[in-house]
Amino acid sequence: MARPLTSLIKRDVRLAVRQGGSVVQSVLFFLMIGMIVPFGVGADADKLADIAPGIIMVAALLALLLTLDRLFQADFEDGSIDGLITLGPLLELTVLAKGVAHWLGTGLPLVLAAPVMALLLNLPLDAYPVMVLTIILATIGLSFIGMIGAALTVGIRRGGLLLSLLVIPLYVPIIIFGSAAIAVAGTGSPDLPASLGLLALIALGSLVLSPFAAAAALRLNAA
Amino acid sequence: MQLDERIDRLTMQRYANPKAFIAIADRVIPWLKVLTGLAFVGGLYLALFQAPADYQQSETVRIMFVHVPTATMSMMVFAIMTTSSIVALIWGHRVADLFARASAPIGAAFTFIALFSGSFWGRPMWGTWWEWGDARLVSELILLFIYFGYMGIWQTIDDPIKAAKAARITAIVGAVNLPIIKFSVDWWNTLHQPASLVRMDGPAIHESLLWPLFAMWAAFGLFYVTMALIGTKIEILRFQSRARAMRQTEGV
Repeated sequence: MARPLTSLIKRDVRLAVRQGGSVVQSVLFFLMIGMIVPFGVGADADKLADIAPGIIMVAALLALLLTLDRLFQADFEDGSIDGLITLGPLLELTVLAKGVAHWLGTGLPLVLAAPVMALLLNLPLDAYPVMVLTIILATIGLSFIGMIGAALTVGIRRGGLLLSLLVIPLYVPIIIFGSAAIAVAGTGSPDLPASLGLLALIALGSLVLSPFAAAAALRLNAA
Repeated sequence: MQLDERIDRLTMQRYANPKAFIAIADRVIPWLKVLTGLAFVGGLYLALFQAPADYQQSETVRIMFVHVPTATMSMMVFAIMTTSSIVALIWGHRVADLFARASAPIGAAFTFIALFSGSFWGRPMWGTWWEWGDARLVSELILLFIYFGYMGIWQTIDDPIKAAKAARITAIVGAVNLPIIKFSVDWWNTLHQPASLVRMDGPAIHESLLWPLFAMWAAFGLFYVTMALIGTKIEILRFQSRARAMRQTEGV
């Protein structure tokens, strides 16, 4: 049972790493937002530190959003998704595995790049551990909620725009709790456990629930 | 099993037949039009002439009679769309899909009117067109984008049957997320409590304002039902004519 799923995850991660350098590119995109923002708002270090939590979260959202349309696209085009659908009730598990692979291929690199991003935006050093934890939880939520949109728009040519339109409103809570957690990190504020807890709730909730919605969407698109 | 079938027959089956739906709609729509017109005339008369001007807000308080009903309707319509989508998902009723589809632009229009009127109300009251400090305003804006996403699904997917199925999932996923979004925006709002905001839910509403408000609520509610029935009818006819055209081209 577990072996086919882990081999699927391995295959997807390998594809993500080797194919067209998409991992490197999404990380570069993420960091470039950190590079471009100071040109817009000025080099004032305090001001940058103030807006850093929000910018990091929004940059992670955008970087992840740009990779979502490829989540099922290749499998859809070469027909391997039909093979997966014939597995019947296992499709939900398969989709879960694809989500995990997507997170390993895009979320995890963003987590690793986040400290560099924080450095660019002058985030206070004591906020770094919480920031990394926040990005881990947030990217899980972003991957798995986005997966529903990816599955819904998989059959559509140039569906990337509609995909963004569908999922960005659903990302609002992640941005709110994530930015709040980073903003109060290191201040000992009682808001920190609350926002981290809620973020974890969203991450785990979407991990469990969205495979069902995404699998339903894939079934209708293949039918 | 048998109970299932009986419930099916009792509740949904009659309206699931497109022909029966159109027959019933045709019979009801003229009456609904008249009722909607009467409700609007009565409601607007009460709101514009009978309701007293507020001692603090003066005449601008009358914006409330459009703002509050459209704001509640904007959420109600999404709830109805979701229910309709769930019905479509369980029983596979095409008409329920089309009813949800016809409801979406009306709901989006209510949302837009609520935002627009809120903006015009906020200008004299709060001194700003847009107030990020008001959680309801912010949630309403997000709701508008969710409506647009739902409508985008119908618009973008060519195959109407696939579009209907995708739209069901979109509506249900949206409905699951809406309370979470609402909660998070409320939470965010207490985090950034602005100083300038006047709490509108402070004093209880006076009775002289209540009746005009109820009348306007009824008017907008009837307007929605009328428009949704007309819209569903149009969608059914469009679906049928498309199916007919497909059959003809296949026959050639």
